[in-house]
Amino acid sequence: MRVATAPAELLLLTGAEAAAHAMRQLNPDVVPVYPITPQTPIIETFAQFVADGLCDAEIVNVESEHSALSAAVGASCAGARVITATSAQGLALMLEIVYIAASMRCPIVIAVGSRALSGPINIHCDHSDSMMARDTGCVQLFAENAQEAYDLMIMAQRLAEDRRVLVPVMVMQDGFTITHSAEPVALLPDAIVKEFVGEYEPLYSLLDTDHPTTQGPFALPDYYFELKRQQVDALEAARTVWLEIQRRFAEISGRRYEGFFEEYKLSDAEYVLVLLSSTAGTAKVVIDRLRRRGIKVGLIKPWVFRPFPARELARALADRRAVAILDRAISLGSWGPLYLEISAAVGRYLQKRPVLYNYIYGLGGRDTPPELLASVVTDMCNEADPTVLRYLGLRE
Amino acid sequence: MPNTKELARVEEAHKRFTGAHALCAGCGTPICVRTILNAIKEPVVVINATGCLEVATTRYPTTAWNVPWIHVAFENAAAVASGVETAYRVLRRRGKISKEIRFVAFAGDGGTYDIGLQALSGALERGHRFIYVCYDNEAYMNTGNQRSGATPFAAQTTTAPTGTRSFGKAQRRKDLTEIVAAHHIPYVAQASISDWYDLAAKARKAASVDGPAFLNVLSSCPRGWGHPSDQSVKIARLAVETCYWPLFEIIEGRWYLNYVPEEKLPVIEWLRPQKRFAHLFEPANQELLSEIQRQVDEDWERLLRRCERHETL
Repeated sequence: MRVATAPAELLLLTGAEAAAHAMRQLNPDVVPVYPITPQTPIIETFAQFVADGLCDAEIVNVESEHSALSAAVGASCAGARVITATSAQGLALMLEIVYIAASMRCPIVIAVGSRALSGPINIHCDHSDSMMARDTGCVQLFAENAQEAYDLMIMAQRLAEDRRVLVPVMVMQDGFTITHSAEPVALLPDAIVKEFVGEYEPLYSLLDTDHPTTQGPFALPDYYFELKRQQVDALEAARTVWLEIQRRFAEISGRRYEGFFEEYKLSDAEYVLVLLSSTAGTAKVVIDRLRRRGIKVGLIKPWVFRPFPARELARALADRRAVAILDRAISLGSWGPLYLEISAAVGRYLQKRPVLYNYIYGLGGRDTPPELLASVVTDMCNEADPTVLRYLGLRE
Repeated sequence: MPNTKELARVEEAHKRFTGAHALCAGCGTPICVRTILNAIKEPVVVINATGCLEVATTRYPTTAWNVPWIHVAFENAAAVASGVETAYRVLRRRGKISKEIRFVAFAGDGGTYDIGLQALSGALERGHRFIYVCYDNEAYMNTGNQRSGATPFAAQTTTAPTGTRSFGKAQRRKDLTEIVAAHHIPYVAQASISDWYDLAAKARKAASVDGPAFLNVLSSCPRGWGHPSDQSVKIARLAVETCYWPLFEIIEGRWYLNYVPEEKLPVIEWLRPQKRFAHLFEPANQELLSEIQRQVDEDWERLLRRCERHETL
């Protein structure tokens, strides 16, 4: 693998544009898409690249997200590299096929502009859409900013297509906050990306008419269970492959994604915030401020939610005084999905457990300014009651 | 045009769809599938919606298919076909594949008239080159005879049963062939498993057009329709002879009638052998029989007016 020696090309791009550039460089064969806010600028930007001859993928402008992913599965089983994109209701509509795409072991990359699920209808960011899809058998990656959205898209393609994995990979970026906000993004040279991901070589193709395969058959109680177990193994393998890929990615980009989550000022932290995506940017500012006041607080920002890095997270949370898990989604009738995962991980792997708090924040795009995040640390310092579910920025 | 010997030879040589399946005795669907696949000369890839054909032919780890075959879900056969066909075009353009392949989607009337109509409409509008075949047995037969948009007026089904306040399905069937024709695709045809020569010729025409093609094939269901399993072809034939199910085609927007019975039989000839219509022969339901005959006559007259000339295949 060559190492990028020339200075990276730095462009002012929105997260959506950054994802579209990644798609252009990945040069998929087929891109079936249906527009939905806030994902739409991803496919619009990509369509312009194709219209301008910068990429010769075939876009299929289907009539629904259900058909987008259905066409994606068909194309993938025919041996094509396939990328699609969606948000919220679109993901909900295609959800039936997300399960099937994973079970048919289709290495489709799905870019998601995170958006709150209806109802009521709302176009702004939360993570209810991707959390709805957390049990589908896909890998789920969360980007903090446009740069990460670009980087994760490129790593996602290689992760999905690795023969030890072969499942769809969803790459989440926060709707509007990232999809529509411009920031400097370092793009890799096209040739480097091309070499990094290589050509997609399918195990089986429907177009191999000399060696016909039956794909998507009917599996009854005598086989269904074993086929599901194979999907468990695929996501287990994704852990290993992810670590390999991020090392190779660091070689070509100089950007390091080490492990399954970013740690920010964590080593000596007594108090820890755990949250996904763009709110990490705000959290870092808050942590810097609080540290100047002598409060030892740090951050964990998972890039990988599926497969869930339970053991690694538990290890990172050992010997902390308190941990606040901030969820931008809620499992109604229960707690936040990220909290439930971490709670299980801590219970499973740690003898001495930190106090765990769960906060629900930012639903439907509700703003989460620094003061609110600081109030979480104040709660932890004041040993607030950890047995209740807490809400940030909610009018009660 | 193919003859019986040629079709038999193809059947022997290719065995694209084998007998190793669990479809019911007398089911019309394997006749439909075999006739169509044997008529197409090029290599084929089959896309299958959830339904009788799918569940009865691919019980893992067995398969009745000797051609590449994919099933994803119930409502999306046309969308899956769109993806397969697009992959084929791109991979050909990129030099990864060179041979000619035809793509054939099979779905029942539930997967076509109802839950799959949107995906079908989208795929037709986009102009993918594939053949979509609806094997129309006029109800949700895979799940035990529930009413569909294809179920005929007054037929008994489990979700529109007869009773003291019901004579079966209260609505007329939708005219799917006409809906498909409104997409202005190069080739649309209506056929029946009873007329294999006509069906094979239509499959071959469908495979030759550069764009979407659609075949609506009446396919008897002994279990759902309520007739002996050795009468399937005969009953499908009666649908044609009574003009309940005319054979016609629409080539580049021009309508052609493929068959005119020498003597148009009364529709009761088609209704009588089927248990799903048995209640119509009770004296109180005489008016319903008249109404069905009126509907058939009306549709037939409209079709005659629409067809420019009669073309015998």
